[in-house]
Amino acid sequence: MYTYDTYDQAMVDARVAEFRDQITRRIAGEMTEDQFKPLRLMNGLYLQLHAYMLRVAIPYGTLDSRQMRMLAHIARTYDRDYGHFTTRQNIQYNWIKLEDCADILEELATVEMHAIQTSGNCIRNISSDQYAGAAADEVTDPRPWAELLRQWSTFHPEFSYLPRKFKIAVIASPEDRAAMRLHDIGLELIRQDGALGARVFVGGGMGRTPMIAPEINPFVKADDLLSYLEACLRVYNRYGRRDNIYKARIKILIHEIGADAYRRQVATEFAHVKTLGIDPPLAELERIAAFFAPPAYDAANVEPDRTDPDFAVWLDQNVKPHKQAGYAIVNISLKPIGGIPGDATSAQIDVMADLAEKYSFDELRVTHAQNIVLPYVAKRDLYAVWHALRDAALADANLDLISDIIACPGLDYCSLANARSIPVAQKIATRFADMDRQRDLGELKLKISGCINACGHHHAGHIGILGVDKKGVENYQLTFGGSGAEDVSIGKIIGPGFDEDGVVDAVEKATEVYKALREGDERFLDTYRRVGLEPFKEAIYG
Amino acid sequence: MKLLTGNDLGSGAVTWWTGNGWSIHVEDAADVGEHGEAILHAEEGARRVNAPYIIDALPTEDGPRPAHIKDRIRALGPTVRTDLTLKPADPAAGDWII
Ligand code: HEM
Ligand code: SF4
Repeated sequence: MYTYDTYDQAMVDARVAEFRDQITRRIAGEMTEDQFKPLRLMNGLYLQLHAYMLRVAIPYGTLDSRQMRMLAHIARTYDRDYGHFTTRQNIQYNWIKLEDCADILEELATVEMHAIQTSGNCIRNISSDQYAGAAADEVTDPRPWAELLRQWSTFHPEFSYLPRKFKIAVIASPEDRAAMRLHDIGLELIRQDGALGARVFVGGGMGRTPMIAPEINPFVKADDLLSYLEACLRVYNRYGRRDNIYKARIKILIHEIGADAYRRQVATEFAHVKTLGIDPPLAELERIAAFFAPPAYDAANVEPDRTDPDFAVWLDQNVKPHKQAGYAIVNISLKPIGGIPGDATSAQIDVMADLAEKYSFDELRVTHAQNIVLPYVAKRDLYAVWHALRDAALADANLDLISDIIACPGLDYCSLANARSIPVAQKIATRFADMDRQRDLGELKLKISGCINACGHHHAGHIGILGVDKKGVENYQLTFGGSGAEDVSIGKIIGPGFDEDGVVDAVEKATEVYKALREGDERFLDTYRRVGLEPFKEAIYG
Repeated sequence: MKLLTGNDLGSGAVTWWTGNGWSIHVEDAADVGEHGEAILHAEEGARRVNAPYIIDALPTEDGPRPAHIKDRIRALGPTVRTDLTLKPADPAAGDWII
């Protein structure tokens, strides 16, 4: 894991002190809300329906047990004993008091955490593959690159007031576990003739105008990457639509001028930027990479005993192959049947921290699907880990199944929402509670957003649900055929919307159609892509 | 009837104008009638409540019921955490919202 140097720590500490002063002035009435709002947003503090909400950054979703315990401590001390892990690999607290906020940030700073760049029109927290460093299929560990980008983007003076927010994801595997092409910039690290570099995709995003990022450059040498990204951002900063918030994202710019024109502009800018010498020297890269050196693996390659059937199901569903023999990647589901997707209590957060310390070389990851990963578990320890998880109600064996739903906070918490997301997720998960039924349906990614902003990734759901406001009544649109993985696609609306129970029924009907029509080992998404919408529509609207 | 609502500066909690101050209980909310805008501006000036706005509501036996579901959820709390709502474990709360 990366450890702050004195510069990092000084920057974070200074920020806390500055914000403490701003809060004091706001509470004293020396500032209006209009004056204070941009300041609090720069520190991750939103105002939601019921209270202030604090979004804490978890850079590329990686944290250690000490940081995880701090998250539990904050939830217990300053919030209502739980937190919400988000699709951007961060955590949100829903019940924060303004006067506590500086203390919280000060406590976070003691474990090298903060809430910077979790809001505003800057480069947001960098996201990455939750299996980074452990994935059997990665060409390199993406985390050193994600960390480099974090350092480059943090307080970048030119990119602190972009036309709109900017999200970057870095992966290094052919399998995309980070919805890479649905980011403003998606980087896929690859090797070409032995040299490391990146495929650069620019202009993806969800929101009201979902777009898949086109490839802007098939190979940017690692040595040029920062300069190239700087050029990408500069072109956006210059031409992005500041006049219209709905057209301000880079995806709209690239859509309007075309990928070719954008690529040319970036090339011109790059030729200039490259002369400025912003790419770090090799020694700096090596310094960063050293923080992510592989842990001291020492376990023999023993297969776990599968005699306990519940354990065996969990192994098959939630445990993934590791690049190191004798080890495995453990996915902890935050999707208990009927629970709130992504929520964890302080006690559960502590349990996960303890398990990481004891069994996963002190490391955890947050996934964009709102689950937690223990990236380095010895196979000999899997049974013990499962037991401990089960005792904490964290052993649901539903990874990537229909009940592993992504859901945004929706109208239960979010001030921008049109409809509630969580109750729909709860009803669907409960309808499909039977594990055999879920497993029979196989991989089925269901994602729910409470408004068109698409925080719940509904565009990328094999089944997506979007909450809308129909004359003051909650209504839900269904989309089919989206994917945030390497077979990326954007779902299509299937027809008129439903009420809450209606949408649950419609999802169930869709799964029946799939079961009747699937061939071989097709997933729901594959069958849908092969047969098209008609048979589904007929069954649902019939 | 018309209600004036906002979020408390310190806690962020939803608050309702009672006629001479703010309460977190919608039952206490007063009908501001035609005077909403004027109170709103005065209160904004006082800087104790964030982003106050005026909503429509219906008077009921249990007090005012905001017209829009969003404000009913604001009045009560998240529907998915009845342990955290202002009327804990009230089985009727769900109906009141929807
Ligand atoms: C509750 C407070 C939240 C607010 C006010 C908020 C606001 C927004 C807005 C306005 C957008 C649309 C941006 C655009 O299209 O230009 C957006 C997109 C997004 N948000 Fe949120 N959001 C919130 C919570 C969340 C949560 C809880 C998550 C994760 C579960 C999340 C993850 C995302 C993602 C992944 C996108 C789409 C990606 C993109 O930017 O294109 N947000 N959010
Ligand atoms: S999608 Fe809409 S309702 Fe859901 S969290 Fe984002 S802004 Fe709120």
